[in-house]
Amino acid sequence: MAKQKIVLIGNGMAGIRTLEEILKLSPDAFDITVFGKEPYPNYNRIELSKVLQGDTSVSDITLNEWHWYEDNNIKLYPGETVTTIDKDQQIVYTDKERKESYDQLIIATGSDPVILPLPGTDKQGVTAFRDIKDCEKMVDYSKKYKKAAVIGGGLLGLEAARGLLNLGMEVDVVHLSDSLMDRQLDKEAGALLKEELEKQGMNFLLEKQTSEILGDDHVSGLRFNDGEEMEADLVVMAVGIKPNVTLAKETGIEVNRGIVVNDYLETNVPNIFSVGECAEHRKMVYGLVAPLYQQGQVLAKRICGMEGEAYKGSVVSTQLKVSGVDVFSTGQITENENTKSIKVFDDWRGVYKKIIVEQGKITGSVLFGDTGDGNRLLSLIKKGAAVEEYTDPGQNEESGCGLVADMPDDELICGCNGVTKGTIVDAIETQGLNSVEQVKGCTNASRSCGTCKSLVSDLLEYTLGEEYEENQKETVCGCTTLSKDEVIEEIKEKGMTNTREVMNVLGWKNGEGCAKCKPALNYYLGMLYPVEYEDERESRFVNERLHANIQKDGTFGVVPRMYGGVTNAEDLRKIADVAEKYEVGMIKLTGGQRINLLGVNKEDLPSIWGELDMPSGHAYAKGLRTVKTCVGSEFCRFGTQDSTGLGIALEKKFEGLSGPHKFKMGVSACPRNCAEGGVKDVGIVGLEGVWEIYVGGNGGTDLRQAELLCKVETSDEVLEWTGAFLQYYRESANYLDRTSVWVERMGIEHIQEVVGNKEKRAELNERMDLALSAIQEPWSEAINNGTLLKELYEKVNA
Amino acid sequence: MEKTLSRVLIGNYSELPERLGKTVIIADKEIAVFKLASGKIRAIENRCPHKGGVLAEGMISGEHVFCPMHNWKISVNDGQAQAPDEGCVDTYDVEIKNGFVYVLVNV
Ligand code: SRM
Ligand SMILES: Cc1cc2nc3c(=O)[nH]c(=O)nc-3n(C[C@H](O)[C@H](O)[C@H](O)COP(=O)(O)OP(=O)(O)OC[C@H]3O[C@@H](n4cnc5c(N)ncnc54)[C@H](O)[C@@H]3O)c2cc1C
Ligand code: SF4
Ligand code: FES
Repeated sequence: MAKQKIVLIGNGMAGIRTLEEILKLSPDAFDITVFGKEPYPNYNRIELSKVLQGDTSVSDITLNEWHWYEDNNIKLYPGETVTTIDKDQQIVYTDKERKESYDQLIIATGSDPVILPLPGTDKQGVTAFRDIKDCEKMVDYSKKYKKAAVIGGGLLGLEAARGLLNLGMEVDVVHLSDSLMDRQLDKEAGALLKEELEKQGMNFLLEKQTSEILGDDHVSGLRFNDGEEMEADLVVMAVGIKPNVTLAKETGIEVNRGIVVNDYLETNVPNIFSVGECAEHRKMVYGLVAPLYQQGQVLAKRICGMEGEAYKGSVVSTQLKVSGVDVFSTGQITENENTKSIKVFDDWRGVYKKIIVEQGKITGSVLFGDTGDGNRLLSLIKKGAAVEEYTDPGQNEESGCGLVADMPDDELICGCNGVTKGTIVDAIETQGLNSVEQVKGCTNASRSCGTCKSLVSDLLEYTLGEEYEENQKETVCGCTTLSKDEVIEEIKEKGMTNTREVMNVLGWKNGEGCAKCKPALNYYLGMLYPVEYEDERESRFVNERLHANIQKDGTFGVVPRMYGGVTNAEDLRKIADVAEKYEVGMIKLTGGQRINLLGVNKEDLPSIWGELDMPSGHAYAKGLRTVKTCVGSEFCRFGTQDSTGLGIALEKKFEGLSGPHKFKMGVSACPRNCAEGGVKDVGIVGLEGVWEIYVGGNGGTDLRQAELLCKVETSDEVLEWTGAFLQYYRESANYLDRTSVWVERMGIEHIQEVVGNKEKRAELNERMDLALSAIQEPWSEAINNGTLLKELYEKVNA
Repeated sequence: MEKTLSRVLIGNYSELPERLGKTVIIADKEIAVFKLASGKIRAIENRCPHKGGVLAEGMISGEHVFCPMHNWKISVNDGQAQAPDEGCVDTYDVEIKNGFVYVLVNV
């Protein structure tokens, strides 16, 4: 018998999810054809916000790669629009003159952005925020223009605005109502949100109605109906979405706001189904993926002819994907005469919580600032729980475990990636997972917006019980259940001397380790036995193995040392000569006060190092990077001390020193702090007769201001305290913790106590000196070692 | 033009670094050759399925290599990216005879 033919219109999130479910249920039962208007494989539309905000790239949001379609024998026509459905003959026609017959047809055409019917919407520079093309347009504009106006202060508008800010534009958000996200938040939360976003640099024009988009060919601004005007080079319309129902309507399928479907996602025309944002079920049209995925599950069963539960509608919740802002809302958000509410408002901390109760049951909630309770509330609403279950949880609710225990296996935990409880529990059980990170790695749950992390953690606890509690301790990596401290104890006790021995003796699950534990163990061993330990090249990340920074195309960056950011004509000349001779891709001043030669071929590295005849700047190392300095007392009219001299002395003393992560220093000669010591691992500020030493600062991913460790009088004392501080960090931090994380964990008082103790300081410095004594300059080591050169730097041209 | 399978000499077994990769260029192909802890030699395409990272510079663990760009884990046996990532690189057969290592490629 010939296979049944499924045709899917719309290569988007809901439609493809349905196909995935169908393939799971009946892998080979159908011939499947997909038409998609957009020229891409199915991608994660949700993540467009993150793409715009710069947290991920378009190439990383693909959900189903091209080969997925091939592997599953799905015929995909990307960039092709279905124009007509002949429901009697059961044939669809496309804009590329193709026709395709079907036995079952799924319409999953999603929605279209609403474009307000204003004069001027056709001008260049006006865009919606719906797909990759819109996203690329905004990025493109941000490079050429400065001022953006976002019309719409809802979820989409605010996420777009945050993205445009990240892209360096000035952003005004124009909103019709007097409160932001008024569909999801009440006035109180709306006001808190506005305050926070203003702090982030957004500007708001509330209660403003746009009447016209100004400009010639290109937009130049907006006019409002109160006659006021504003300038803008880019206008983003984010005022809502409307279900894409044109095709269905023309086919004569029943359409209300969306395509009307019953509890099995059937339209009123036989063999035609609809799923996703275009579908209307029990008067509801959903605009979030979690309910659409639930619809997909039901529809898949229906198409495969399996008995299944009917779709009865979904309770949804909303989150805003803007970093630094935690909002959550679900169900009913405003009170009426039949409701009572529980409210907590902590204006000082910016935390707001409202829970609406009707006839003893929770019916809705708005959270701002602390959204930790969100998932629990959502689940209580779903199961129609009495309010007491929230206010007065039984023992088993307390842990969050009861909550996940009650969920059916097919309940979605991660809405963004469509991962169910069953899938997660199964992965935990069959693959021996014991951390949220591992679950994320194996199942994709919490990989997108991350709001389901706490549920995943609850599931781990629920599945593993006591075992999980134990696993809460930070293990070195997934290959072992031992923590760093335990591993170090064992190494010392048993006198182990290489990483493989450690893995074998301590019963690593994966006898050869992974990319996380190999470098970690290699570091711990080297830290414990600085003189005896032979560094393992194969346990090093490429940069540290080759002593250069790898670039995206496989070439390398070369950064020679330039102590304290001070150079001379001879060194500059050598650098210039080398750059010319080897035709390097770019010569760039780094953020660390030195010069980077970028785009160097691996084979050329040794000769370049030879010709430069300068030491490595260790720009790749988990170890000392740079010591930035300011001009200092020698030249500067404010300088109180020789900051340059001290910086050079520090860099000469600690150059080549390894660490759990990289560390950077800055030395300034007055509190103006031109060398930015406030965001360095060690930041030194000179005052009249005093040096202040600050530690634990970070200017990178998680900004942290350094804290004062001590004040000392002489530069020798600075070297002494810095030595003790760094050695204590080297000995007690987890691999890959910057000093910022470590200082935060230990507490500055504790560190002051240890390093401030004269005896301890001396002992730490003794061990530091031993470590320093074993350091070799890596570039000269490489060029003088024939085997190294051959093994690491030569390619084979066969 | 017909492509034929050739046996290309890439070097001495003993000279390949252990638990590390080596970049080998054969005509227009770039191949990553690994000598695993077990002593086995494996050859795969030197282009990560993610964004083309150079796999020869990756860290090896057992029969897998971690791409140095974004840490995808690729099997050196069948070239498959490990879940949750997806994708595949070409693999090449290897022969070892009299201490010489050969890679079999279509050129
Ligand atoms: C070259 C340089 C950028 C530049 O052109 O200026 C640079 C380049 C890289 N940085 Fe950086 N960082 C550079 C200064 C900085 C600074 C500014 C500074 O040092 O004053 C910071 C913030 C300060 C800080 O570290 O606290 C910085 C914070 C980071 C981070 C985030 C670290 C953190 O703890 O949050 C990373 C990621 C990491 O190390 O894990 C990173 C990682 C990287 C890497 C190595 C990415 C990688 O792993 O491949 C970049 C290599 C690029 C390449 O293609 O070669 N880079 N990086 C700068 C080199 C300075 C130098 O002379 O050595
Ligand atoms: C910026 C942004 C952020 C978002 N954030 C979130 C979030 O945080 N959480 C959340 O749950 N949801 C979020 N959403 C909403 C979520 O992305 C949508 O609910 C979901 O993508 C809808 O899936 P769908 O399959 O119904 O429609 P779509 O994913 O839009 O797929 C429909 C596809 O059909 C194609 N199509 C239309 N007509 C035709 C035709 N005639 N022929 C062929 N193809 C056609 C369209 O081009 C489209 O590719 C966000 C949306 C955006 C735009
Ligand atoms: S150089 Fe640093 S900031 Fe720039 S892209 Fe690379 S890691 Fe990011
Ligand atoms: S290129 Fe290999 S992991 Fe990204």
